[in-house]
Amino acid sequence: MNFLQMLGRRALDVLASWGRGALFFIDLLRAVPAALARPGLVIAQVHAIGNRSLVIILASGMAVGFVLALQLYNTLTTFGAAESLGLVVNLSLVRELGPVVTALLFAGRAGTSLTAEIGLMKAGEQISAMELMAIDPKARVLAPRFLGGIISMPLLAALFSAIGILGAYVVAVLLIGIDAGNFWSIQQNGVDVWRDVGNGVVKSAVFGVICTAVALYQGYETEATPEGVAYATTRTVVTASLGVLAMDFILTALMFSTP
Amino acid sequence: MSDKPFIEIDHVTFGYDSRRTILNDLSLTFARGKVTAVLGGSGCGKTTLLRLIGGVHAANSGRVVFDGEVVDVHDKSQLYRLRRRLGMLFQFGALFTDLNVFDNVAFPLREMTDLPEALVRDIVLMKLNAVGLRGAAHLKISEVSGGMARRVALARAIALDPELIMYDEPFAGLDLVSMGVAAKLIRTLTDVTGATTLLISHDVPQCMAISDWVVLMATGGRVVAQGTPAELMASTEPEVRQFVRGEPDGPVKFHYPARPVAQDFGLEAAP
Repeated sequence: MNFLQMLGRRALDVLASWGRGALFFIDLLRAVPAALARPGLVIAQVHAIGNRSLVIILASGMAVGFVLALQLYNTLTTFGAAESLGLVVNLSLVRELGPVVTALLFAGRAGTSLTAEIGLMKAGEQISAMELMAIDPKARVLAPRFLGGIISMPLLAALFSAIGILGAYVVAVLLIGIDAGNFWSIQQNGVDVWRDVGNGVVKSAVFGVICTAVALYQGYETEATPEGVAYATTRTVVTASLGVLAMDFILTALMFSTP
Repeated sequence: MSDKPFIEIDHVTFGYDSRRTILNDLSLTFARGKVTAVLGGSGCGKTTLLRLIGGVHAANSGRVVFDGEVVDVHDKSQLYRLRRRLGMLFQFGALFTDLNVFDNVAFPLREMTDLPEALVRDIVLMKLNAVGLRGAAHLKISEVSGGMARRVALARAIALDPELIMYDEPFAGLDLVSMGVAAKLIRTLTDVTGATTLLISHDVPQCMAISDWVVLMATGGRVVAQGTPAELMASTEPEVRQFVRGEPDGPVKFHYPARPVAQDFGLEAAP
């Protein structure tokens, strides 16, 4: 009986936390029009969230491009298909690795930063102060960050993919010696702007919603103590990463499973 | 000016959870245009009282009346309308750490009004001048001391000339000079602006010096006594005397309820 009670309580806790998360998300969406009316706040957040994530995104994109080119060259050569290297690198990055790896890095870099910022604002009573000034913190603080994250993510993913392709070019063309014309032309012929690039952009925008909403929720709901903020940042990375991976599977199935 | 109290706490009971009641059937009134101090030990529900007035929490039972209107925390538009008429000084300032001193004070003006920036600048400098910090306008929040931060927060709280100013522990952690300056400022602001002032503190001398009315609260939100500072200072009631004279023990026990000392330290004689 005790075990059943414990199980029931646990299930109710999980359901209650999902409910709180859903209500928070609805409130966040309701606050979006107010944030859109003040583009200055959103632009500041695109700078804070996007610009400051550039270094890690570009460095990772370059490294992934290098490694992809090396790995794929070895495998494709076995099948006599080394000339299709550029296309495979491009599709891997634009469809999958660009959006997914960018989102995972974003959760670790910008997501934790957002959670800690909001959590510390709460601990320092800045959120309460704003509420008592009759200013809605969701509209003034959270919604601009939410929009900033959604706008930044596709831009960062595009940069990740672009720098990754350049990295692959360096390894494949400059170091291994694959023909440069072939490297670019096969991409031009094989990559569709809407089906491949467009879907990649849609994916990363969805990942932007997931990562930013999770980070803001964890910061807003955190216990206002140093331990609370530390746990919240950890939960942001775990929840956002799992959310991104699960949603990636669903989106990939929807976007690319048709013949 | 109306004789009706500006704030009325009417049989309010409140607890953050069902296990512990912070305020139990509390009834109080706060007179318009006066400085009312609520004194009491830590944990007696003073800050909770301010939060109930500000509509941060809903009372479990009873009602909070704000200038004739019953505060309904579920009615956001009413809540925000009432909050525009109040300013609150938080215990630790609650300043926005990403803004400097000037921008902190300008924040409510920029967010709540459409005043031109030149006028905002003038108002901010006037408010900072009132708290003696006009020269510190350019400083970051990390560059000001605790006492200065409290004064910046005070300037921000009065930026929109509120009708009700609530101070949560305005003297905590201040040196004697800063404390005297803060007390004088609170009194002067009330006299000059005619605002209703509600002061939460456990600093007896400062509160007695500047208040028109003093309420003494004990654990559970029980009102032990209320009256003018002179009346409370002259009271012979043991609980009042203990608090205003800062005696360590009396009707209010210093120690949290515990087992006997001898039992905890294993000093009981063997049977």
